[in-house]
Amino acid sequence: MNKEIPSEKLTFNYLPDKKTLEFKFISDWRISAGLPELKEAVLQLSAHQDIKQITFDSFGLTAWDSGFISFLMQLVKECQHRKIDVSCQGLPEGAEKLLKLALQVRENVTLKPEREEKLFPKIGSLVLQRIDSAHLFLNFLGDLVLSFTKLIRGKSIMRWDDFLLIVQKSGANAFGLVSLISVLVGMILAFVGAIQLQLFGAQVFIADIVGIAMVRVMGAVMAAVIMAGRTGASFAAELGIMQVNEEIDAYKTLGVDPIEFLVLPRVMALVLMMPLLTIYADLMGILGGFIIGTGMLGLNPVEYLNRTQQAVKLNNLWVGLVHSVVFGIIIALAGCFRGIRCSRSAAGVGEATTSAVVTGITSIVIATAIITFVCQVLGV
Amino acid sequence: MEKNSQPVIEVRGLDVGYDDDIVMQGLNFKVNKGDIFIVMGMSGCGKSTLLKAMIGLQQPFKGQVLYDGKDFWLDAEQQSIMQRFGVLYQSGALWSSLTLAENVALSLQLYTKLSREQIREVVALKLSLVGLEGYEDLYPFEISGGMRKRAGLARAIALDPDIIFFDEPSAGLDPVNAKMLDDLILQLRDVLGATIVVVTHELASIFAIGNNSIFLDADTKTMIASGSPKDLLADSKDPRVIQFLTRGNKPGA
Ligand SMILES: Nc1ncnc2c1ncn2[C@@H]1O[C@H](COP(=O)(O)OP(=O)(O)OP(=O)(O)O)[C@@H](O)[C@H]1O
Ligand SMILES: [Mg+2]
Repeated sequence: MNKEIPSEKLTFNYLPDKKTLEFKFISDWRISAGLPELKEAVLQLSAHQDIKQITFDSFGLTAWDSGFISFLMQLVKECQHRKIDVSCQGLPEGAEKLLKLALQVRENVTLKPEREEKLFPKIGSLVLQRIDSAHLFLNFLGDLVLSFTKLIRGKSIMRWDDFLLIVQKSGANAFGLVSLISVLVGMILAFVGAIQLQLFGAQVFIADIVGIAMVRVMGAVMAAVIMAGRTGASFAAELGIMQVNEEIDAYKTLGVDPIEFLVLPRVMALVLMMPLLTIYADLMGILGGFIIGTGMLGLNPVEYLNRTQQAVKLNNLWVGLVHSVVFGIIIALAGCFRGIRCSRSAAGVGEATTSAVVTGITSIVIATAIITFVCQVLGV
Repeated sequence: MEKNSQPVIEVRGLDVGYDDDIVMQGLNFKVNKGDIFIVMGMSGCGKSTLLKAMIGLQQPFKGQVLYDGKDFWLDAEQQSIMQRFGVLYQSGALWSSLTLAENVALSLQLYTKLSREQIREVVALKLSLVGLEGYEDLYPFEISGGMRKRAGLARAIALDPDIIFFDEPSAGLDPVNAKMLDDLILQLRDVLGATIVVVTHELASIFAIGNNSIFLDADTKTMIASGSPKDLLADSKDPRVIQFLTRGNKPGA
């Protein structure tokens, strides 16, 4: 089969006395057969200054599909733009109907005007957005505190079953991962420390370093990072999907406050579980250090444990627990807030999850810095 | 009409929309006790948005929604009025982490003093009313779209509400089930004495169940007709209304 060059499918015939340009469509105008460029037609329109009307001749047309219509549609729009009349009579009957349909739908759509993207208005609206979302967050926090006081006064509709289920899912099921990561972190700390300490024969201080570092911050930070990625993300995704499915609306119209019913048990579960996970992570980290210290550096196991016990004072443990409670609050709030504010689309859920984790981890690091500084000032 | 009886729902000068886009403005209408009130209009004209303003999900820009004369959007009233509602959402909106039985049971657990056993019985009754007996322990994702709609209805009528809102109840249902749902709506009105507001563009339903209606128009952003659907079809002069009620056959054509 000989494929034609697309431009041979279209010829033009200008009738100066009628100021009319006639389009002649020839042979196969299906998408699979290739279509001529609109440019040629536009050139012809421009070539004749006084043109008033275009007409079509489709006697030579053997086959057409939506490719033909899309060409016509572009052409008609071009003509409308140039205030040239279009006479559809020469078109195949079906094509004329389809074209009318396509053009009619377009008329009904009123596109929203694009927002201007100038620098200052952009900065302004960005700032406003930030203020707006800070405002929303404070509202959210206020509601949460209110529902917590309701719980204390025994008037809450929060279900303890939900709370226990979340405790199990977010806490108990995370032990495996926390063990693995914490043991490894303990081992890494021991290794890095050992290389330096060996220089002046003080390997035995490995126990102090690992013990204090884990209990004071590392245990809490590692547990928090794991929980931000695991539980914070899942809170955001769960609540986000509920938002998309109108499930949250359904709670609201039942007179059930979603903050009280959905957010409160999540925040409480995480605030309860974080200290427990942190203590567990501390122990696992010390175990990691113990493995390296006794197995590779040849320290006496009993001595290692004794040193650890002496080095890790109770105040270290308190500092670690303060970290963990703060982290628990941060992770739960970030996850739930992003989830509740999620926009109603699949992409919205993705964004909510991402920003829950990003906000969570960033805030964890910032909070660590602040707490460390405060402890320094207070001398604990 | 009877002037003495107070309408169950009255909407006065209501403007609704999102952020800074007004979707509908200047809405005024009354829904009387026992009405099946239809909100109709072309897709995207703002029917769901109006519904959201009536059930407390989207604050209106202006105007009032009154239930038995009480202003809904004044904070003090909202919670107590909401407990009189049942809502069937366009998507069903079942709580995906709860079984069907738990979905229906939740409001009973929260707002009644029934025992576990009693709640189970009520739930079984409501589910069998919508033809879903035996599906108690399935989760929403395990049932079909039409079944989800019906389960949503069972949940909406859990507390025997005196006002029920339906957003496109028959969309996505086969003709037989759609008819069944229409019948169910009529029965709910008769048995529970409920007042019912239905958002729909299903012509068969509109004529089968509606005794009063408003017609929303997206271009003018307001309601352009009101009255019983049959009267509208017979008397309305507005080509947009006629076109809608005759399935797009243009008047005169
Ligand atoms: N969450 C939202 N934020 C902003 N605009 C919205 C939102 N939801 C709907 N809209 C806009 O409001 C208008 C009315 O939408 P609405 O959902 O009320 O239509 P509808 O009459 O229910 O349509 P349908 O019959 O298709 O359900 C539409 O133009 C839509 O783009
Ligand atoms: Mg809708």
